[in-house]
Amino acid sequence: MVKQKLIVIGNGMVGHHFLEQLASRPEKELFDVTVFCAEPRPAYDRVHLSEYFAGRTADDLAMGKIEQYRDWGFELHLNDAAVSIDRENRVVTSESGTGKPYDKLILATGSYPFVPPIPGHEHEKCFVYRTLEDLDAIRAASENARVGVVVGGGLLGLEAANALKELGLEAHVVEFAPGLMGVQLDEGGSGLLRSKIEDLGVTVHTSTATELIEEVDGGRLRMRFKGERELATDLIVFSAGIRPEDKLARAAGLQLGERGGIVIDESCRTSDGNIFAIGECALYNNFIYGLVAPGYTMARNTVSLLCGEEASFTSADMSTKLKLLGVEVGSIGDAHGRAEGAAAITFVDEQSGIYKRMITDSEGKQLLGAVLVGDTGDYDQLLQYHLNGIELPEQPEQLILPAADGAAPTLGAGALPDTATICSCHNVSKGDIVQTVQGGCCSLGEVKDATKASTGCGGCAALLKNIVDEELAALGMEVNNDLCPHFPHTRQEIFHMVQVEEIKTFDELLEKHGRGQGCEVCKPAVGSILASLWNEHVHKKPHVGLQDTNDTFMANMQKNGSYSVVPRVPGGEITPDKLIVLGQVAKKYNLYTKITGGQRVDLFGARLEQLPEIWGELIDAGFETGHAYGKSLRTVKSCVGSTWCRFGVQDSVKMALDVENRYKGLRSPHKIKMAVSGCTRECAEAQSKDVGVIATENGWNLFLCGNGGMRPRHADLFATDLDDETLIRYIDRFLMFYVRTADKLQRTSVWLENLDGGLDYLREVIVDDKLGICDELEAQMANVVGTYQCEWKTAINDPEMLKRFRQFVNTDEPDEKIVFVEERGQPRPAEEEEIVRIAEPA
Amino acid sequence: MNQVAITRTQWQPICQRSDLVANSGVCALMGDASSDRKSIALFFIPGAEPQLYAIDNRDPFSNAGVIARGIVAEVDGQLTVASPLYKQHFRLGDGVCLEDETVKLDTYPIAFDGDTVLITTGSENS
Ligand code: SRM
Ligand SMILES: Cc1cc2nc3c(=O)[nH]c(=O)nc-3n(C[C@H](O)[C@H](O)[C@H](O)COP(=O)(O)OP(=O)(O)OC[C@H]3O[C@@H](n4cnc5c(N)ncnc54)[C@H](O)[C@@H]3O)c2cc1C
Ligand code: SF4
Ligand code: FES
Repeated sequence: MVKQKLIVIGNGMVGHHFLEQLASRPEKELFDVTVFCAEPRPAYDRVHLSEYFAGRTADDLAMGKIEQYRDWGFELHLNDAAVSIDRENRVVTSESGTGKPYDKLILATGSYPFVPPIPGHEHEKCFVYRTLEDLDAIRAASENARVGVVVGGGLLGLEAANALKELGLEAHVVEFAPGLMGVQLDEGGSGLLRSKIEDLGVTVHTSTATELIEEVDGGRLRMRFKGERELATDLIVFSAGIRPEDKLARAAGLQLGERGGIVIDESCRTSDGNIFAIGECALYNNFIYGLVAPGYTMARNTVSLLCGEEASFTSADMSTKLKLLGVEVGSIGDAHGRAEGAAAITFVDEQSGIYKRMITDSEGKQLLGAVLVGDTGDYDQLLQYHLNGIELPEQPEQLILPAADGAAPTLGAGALPDTATICSCHNVSKGDIVQTVQGGCCSLGEVKDATKASTGCGGCAALLKNIVDEELAALGMEVNNDLCPHFPHTRQEIFHMVQVEEIKTFDELLEKHGRGQGCEVCKPAVGSILASLWNEHVHKKPHVGLQDTNDTFMANMQKNGSYSVVPRVPGGEITPDKLIVLGQVAKKYNLYTKITGGQRVDLFGARLEQLPEIWGELIDAGFETGHAYGKSLRTVKSCVGSTWCRFGVQDSVKMALDVENRYKGLRSPHKIKMAVSGCTRECAEAQSKDVGVIATENGWNLFLCGNGGMRPRHADLFATDLDDETLIRYIDRFLMFYVRTADKLQRTSVWLENLDGGLDYLREVIVDDKLGICDELEAQMANVVGTYQCEWKTAINDPEMLKRFRQFVNTDEPDEKIVFVEERGQPRPAEEEEIVRIAEPA
Repeated sequence: MNQVAITRTQWQPICQRSDLVANSGVCALMGDASSDRKSIALFFIPGAEPQLYAIDNRDPFSNAGVIARGIVAEVDGQLTVASPLYKQHFRLGDGVCLEDETVKLDTYPIAFDGDTVLITTGSENS
């Protein structure tokens, strides 16, 4: 069989999506694929480009991987732009001189930032904002700059302004038009957006036309505006719109629009039947779609067509929801109410800076568009009304007015037709989701994996969960979250009972809310809750029987019944003297010694009865318990930071010490790990921890809910450039909220993935105090911090507790069954046959 | 009870009431230096009937002497101890492992005599 020769020019988001779609189908075998990519690396996530400034690396943003293309059998030419298309002989030639024949050609060349031809715009301190290289250049220039100006007050312009702010510059936005985000917002909305952004310290100049950019002494720039006004700055970023990248097409004589763009029909065909155009380079109905979702749709359709299926691109929805400089902004459909006879309902709350506007048809039955500024809580719901033409309720205003009880009437997933698009990024309909659930996926995670829904911008997460839950319930598959047979309640419910009823013991709780006598599941879980709330010593009489052996004896039991000893070494910083003590103790008690993965030292092979003596010596030398045995704070890993490292921008060791000393001893649903890095090189691997802190020029970036172990998960960027105090406050709230609401043995990573509303919701709770519980959370943490005690120190001073550490209650002999042999100069547990051999007299 | 009366003579003190820990286990060594010595787990569950249990301390799945350090767990109304290492449940009454009924720990008659705890050497089942 002769394969069809398929060439794809451009490996951006849409080009990559096209190839990914093709690779996922059997028809892939029918094609011989070559890809020309002008950039030095395969496709990356341009949508989240700005996170590059917030600590995300090029790898984090990568979408296409070189190995992956190899596996697919696609030939990828990096850093090798196509320079000409010979339609006569169907050959594409690239920069490197490669000439490649094609049967079908895909143009996915995207767009480039438009730079208005202002005299001086080519100055080396003038930048654009589209590629990783652009951002590198901007970052470099910002090093010794104070002021930065963005030309263009649109969606991207404001995002760029935010970036400049994060880089520590005094940011200005210069907009030609009278309002910000003119495309998406009506006057009222953009007015409010402006005032909010100015409150954040960004200066906005609207109705301002730049006429000249000139260098003044000292290498600074001066911008001259129409009407004698001027502004001095150190660098300028142009974000005055995009222009379709259509050079090739033009040269090849394909039909273009007057203002550029490769004209395509509903099957994404250009004026040449063998050439398709998709993404931002394509012009459909005289319109360029500057968003990924429509580009993805074009990509999918084109794949279908090439595979001989029907598919047509009509128009795409341009609704957007995003956060600009921390301000929530949403725009749906016809935001300006341009449609015939359109009626508008507006809600303004000037005090809390909220603006909401609905555009309906003349009868007020259909939602044509909406504008939301300051609060996009209603976005998902409104979008569904708009996309699915669902008839509006009697009083449509209900949808945007804050209901008396604070909860807006939500459009239950049930009300949506199966055709409703839930995830526009990956074009997943409600029907698709319902099918996968009926097909046997019975958890949010499984459905995500199966459909890819909410793995794009994440905007649809809440709605997705909503639908999955309803469907599961409908199938009677309600997942049972009961703690165990003895407590028909979730851990969260039990935590609540213990807290409000001030229950202090397991028996009391069992009597009030449980049945039977408890088991190895509920006892430690409740023990942990009691400790989180009241923080009494795990050895206090009523709690003794509740603890896992590791907690009871405050050490980790090893396979032969001996224990390990892990003293806390905050931040991994340790004095030579203390290091020597560890060595001496290990030597004296013949303990196997190992540097752990958590920047401390683990001493293995202690017998039960030896533990108090060993800890006594360690405590005298100033050590404390490391809680290696507890579901509690383990380690706070640090890198050496600004004190020594030439790149460090903050004292990461000091911060690690403060954090570890603050949270040591906190009992939690599962263990908690943290790390603090001194700069974005991230040597402490903070992004793999439950709580990760990374230093920036202006403070700290906080990452949450990372995980190593069985299912590694990258932590999410939660907040940026925090000062010490705010950082600690957020961590206090985060930890206590997790301790309160998580399931038993649920790491923060899994907890977050199961949290309704995900990261955004978490931000609302912790930053905006949506639930109004932050004071309480902080007070609770203060109590835990205030009542901290080194459990071991307390234990060795309490004869009653010490009695627990007798191997036998009726003799002081050791357990003769615990036997060690030597290996690599250290002891290790003897194997069964070795024990036998030792027992037999030689 | 009746049985207790008959075997009374073989009973020997093993420890004091104050050595026990309510709702949890402790470990005692039986037999003298020469003869076969056994480490035995003693559980004291005030609420239960009987309230004293003596069971082999050796965990057959790990061969480590750790049963006394397990958590007392009720499973479908049966009192058990969960091994701290690999979490199998052993019925305190007769030592049978719930996860694998072919595995069984020896259990021994045990009782209070005032503040003294008495136990009989020969395994109940032998
Ligand atoms: C000693 C150490 C391995 C080493 O020699 O380096 C270790 C040893 C154990 N780990 Fe670990 N983990 C150790 C670092 C880690 C790390 C790396 C790190 O912390 O930087 C990870 C991955 C990071 C993470 O947790 O996100 C790690 C992921 C686990 C997991 C999987 C957790 C998960 O979410 O998937 C378990 C199992 C569990 O906790 O359920 C585990 C459980 C254990 C236990 C407690 C298993 C057990 O119950 O016996 C091991 C006994 C420790 C002991 O006896 O002291 N250990 N463990 C490390 C002690 C660190 C410390 O100083 O406290
Ligand atoms: C900062 C920023 C924020 C954004 N935020 C959002 C958002 O929140 N939501 C949203 O929907 N969209 C957003 N966008 C827009 C989104 O990134 C684009 O819609 C999307 O990238 C379009 O994909 P594309 O493949 O068509 O173009 P691109 O991603 O630009 O890919 C085109 C690729 O083709 C290459 N190329 C060009 N000419 C040639 C040639 N001759 N030979 C070989 N290769 C060539 C280019 O180098 C480029 O790599 C944002 C964009 C930016 C810059
Ligand atoms: S990886 Fe497994 S074996 Fe190694 S320390 Fe962690 S738990 Fe133990
Ligand atoms: S809508 Fe973007 S991920 Fe679903």
